[in-house]
Amino acid sequence: MSAAWIAVIVVGAATIALKAAGPVFAAERELPVGASRVVGLLAPALLAALVATQAFATDESLVIDERGAGLLAGAVAVLLRAPLLVVILVAAATAAGLRAIS
Amino acid sequence: MAESKNSRAPGARSPSGYRRGVRAVLPLIPAVLAFGASFGVLAQAAGMGAVASLVMSATTFAGSAQFAVVSVLGAGGTAVAAIVAAVLLNARYGPMALAAAGVFRGGPLRRLLEAQLLVDESWALSNRDGRFDRKVMLGAGAFLYLGWNAGTAIGVVAGDSLADPATLGLDAAFPALFLALLAPLLSSRTAVAAALLGGGIALALTPITPAGVPVIAATAACLVGLTRPRSVPTGDKRPAGQSPRGRSRPQEAQL
Repeated sequence: MSAAWIAVIVVGAATIALKAAGPVFAAERELPVGASRVVGLLAPALLAALVATQAFATDESLVIDERGAGLLAGAVAVLLRAPLLVVILVAAATAAGLRAIS
Repeated sequence: MAESKNSRAPGARSPSGYRRGVRAVLPLIPAVLAFGASFGVLAQAAGMGAVASLVMSATTFAGSAQFAVVSVLGAGGTAVAAIVAAVLLNARYGPMALAAAGVFRGGPLRRLLEAQLLVDESWALSNRDGRFDRKVMLGAGAFLYLGWNAGTAIGVVAGDSLADPATLGLDAAFPALFLALLAPLLSSRTAVAAALLGGGIALALTPITPAGVPVIAATAACLVGLTRPRSVPTGDKRPAGQSPRGRSRPQEAQL
């Protein structure tokens, strides 16, 4: 079997298992109050981490590039309470525009 | 979590929950198609083969991990190196799926299948104050799944003739999306603290750990939920600008 197929099968199986483990084994259990407070904070923690890495990480280094500028423009749109589509378009257009002129 | 009457609650003219999920994710579909296509193109260039590329998008259904596999294999790396990188990147789905476990229904097999529709975007779009909307999760997830797989097929077939999504700025769409989804969650000091700490951990670890680790480690920031309402335990790492005092006066979070 080729390296590609081994990677496809193992990564696919591992990802399916990672996504399914909680829903299959823990769905019926009620979380204690402290745990649900913690789980409720998972969203802001993870979303902030995704913002940070998707805007500023390239492989294993921190970079400030057009994505960061797009994020900044998107943040302004968020502050102005623009709809999601507008936020995304503003960010993409900013990054594309800067790349086009650089 | 803070009780807040969310302005994004279902409006009067939103007929079905699933459709709400589809509608919520619609703005993202061009970017998802484009990145699916670029995965298809890069996978061909790395010699993965058409069928393996399509099978990977259908089973793994997670962009960053799939790109990691392609880049490791394309650079001549081993299957083991590719697998380690991709599994690290997808490890975040463990805690994310656990948090959303309540939305999946039925027996173990159905739960397993439904849970496959959980990706960053469907998880974030269906999240409201720490609770998850089942229909938004499944509707958004299914539409993302179609877009990702259709995009991959386009990339496999069309090959190099496609434009690089970065030229269109589509790579900047995702951090902006996650920021837009984060903003309404910042309704309490604890949530702001978790976000600052999570983002800080991710940035701090990026230069010193393999890709994927920063985001998993950032989940530890949700432990600020264990702090007592009036005081922060000594020795606890406190994000800059977060005063432990004055918590009794909840105020609107600012971004």
